[in-house]
Amino acid sequence: MKNVTLTINGQKVTADVESRTLLVKFLREHLRLTGTHVGCDTTQCGACTILFNGDAVKSCTMLVVQADGGEITTIEGVAQGETLHPLQEAFHVHHGLQCGFCTPGMVMRGLDLLAKNPKPTEDEIRHEMEGNLCRCTGYHNIVAAIQAASGQTPVGH
Amino acid sequence: MYEFDYHRAASVADAVAELGRVSDSKVLAGGMTLLPTCKMRLAHPSELVDLGAIAALKGIEITDAHVTIGAMTRHADVANSAALKAALPALCVLAGGIGDAQVRNRGTMGGSVANNDPAADYPAACLGLGATIVTDRREVAADDYFQGLFATALEDDEIITAIRFPRPACAAYVKFKNPASRYATVGVLVARFNDGVRVAVTGAGSDGVFRASDIEQALSADFSPAAASAITVSPDGIASDMHGSAEYRAHLIPILAARAVGACR
Ligand SMILES: Cc1cc2nc3c(=O)[nH]c(=O)nc-3n(C[C@H](O)[C@H](O)[C@H](O)COP(=O)(O)OP(=O)(O)OC[C@H]3O[C@@H](n4cnc5c(N)ncnc54)[C@H](O)[C@@H]3O)c2cc1C
Ligand code: FES
Ligand code: FES
Repeated sequence: MKNVTLTINGQKVTADVESRTLLVKFLREHLRLTGTHVGCDTTQCGACTILFNGDAVKSCTMLVVQADGGEITTIEGVAQGETLHPLQEAFHVHHGLQCGFCTPGMVMRGLDLLAKNPKPTEDEIRHEMEGNLCRCTGYHNIVAAIQAASGQTPVGH
Repeated sequence: MYEFDYHRAASVADAVAELGRVSDSKVLAGGMTLLPTCKMRLAHPSELVDLGAIAALKGIEITDAHVTIGAMTRHADVANSAALKAALPALCVLAGGIGDAQVRNRGTMGGSVANNDPAADYPAACLGLGATIVTDRREVAADDYFQGLFATALEDDEIITAIRFPRPACAAYVKFKNPASRYATVGVLVARFNDGVRVAVTGAGSDGVFRASDIEQALSADFSPAAASAITVSPDGIASDMHGSAEYRAHLIPILAARAVGACR
């Protein structure tokens, strides 16, 4: 067992974990932060995306021990109380979700994208979101939501 | 995943010592290849020696003659470096096309070059630019380093610390990507130097990355897209799989080389 300390959604968390424990398992099963989803477990789908030290990463392909000492934001840390983050609000307004399974990962990836490129073009959004799959195939409205959240008029609207 | 131990190395020397001390231990870089492999139980190292905290392994250094990139520099850092975009833009384009954004936020140049996947992108950059692989104990020319599918000149406990690229007059990388994985179905890097042209091909060789010498000769005589596309590549020694036959891949090589010549900067 290894002793780790992480800051998760602004709170310090200390725990003993096995070296092989995946970050997503720790978030979901130890901390009960079940907003982070597991869609594939093979690094393909992006449903498990979280922010690690400000970068979007797939938490199914990172060990808790690798994250020791780091800062993590999950979808639970994005809204301010009852007030949705503008990107979450844009997903709502633009129907950026159908079943919602991929949505936490889409939002976390979108946050990282907008932090680094505040006014992305449609092509840039599509390229930068390639690591997030939506089985309901609602990509068009996901792109529209990210455009709207960046203060741009979504294409086709 | 099978159980393993974990060691966060404080320095390269510490990592090498740990690899020597613990049998069946393995270096962990970005984990974008190694962790999926462990999850599928295709690998079961006794211990992972994490290079993630060694600051000396990260960074991009640019001189008039060379670009030197630390082994733990992530694909995202290479793709987005403003200084590198000015000095060797082909590398930024290549890194920005690896996998997806989340993979680029973790995966490293050293990990990719150590792994030598036959469809990976960086091996084409190393071979095409005539890079030098710098390790904890020696320097190996790219021409001697890549030794077949997932095979390299590295010893079991040897750690890549940096890759040093000579700066070409111009270069470009063009990849025909697998739309699902974004690995190269075929990828071609063309680099023009004052004393000749180098062309490296990834994704296609049944023995991994290789130099296309016919295209190199044609382009050294006449650096034009037409000179590259006039060459016919034999399907002998070219890989065939569900994504493309050997004939198809062989056909793509001169086409992508011609596009790379057109895109050279
Ligand atoms: C969904 C997905 C898509 C991808 N698409 C592409 C793509 O389009 N093109 C592409 O090229 N790659 C692609 N990759 C692979 C990606 O680039 C990996 O990051 C890379 O192959 C391995 O780098 P890493 O830092 O993650 O290494 P790790 O997975 O940590 O390690 C890989 C291997 O290298 C060894 N190693 C790592 N660092 C060193 C070092 N410094 N010295 C010695 N040995 C070392 C490890 O022991 C291990 O055997 C993809 C990966 C995923 C998950
Ligand atoms: S669950 Fe992590 S990428 Fe699909
Ligand atoms: S909304 Fe159903 S998977 Fe994306």
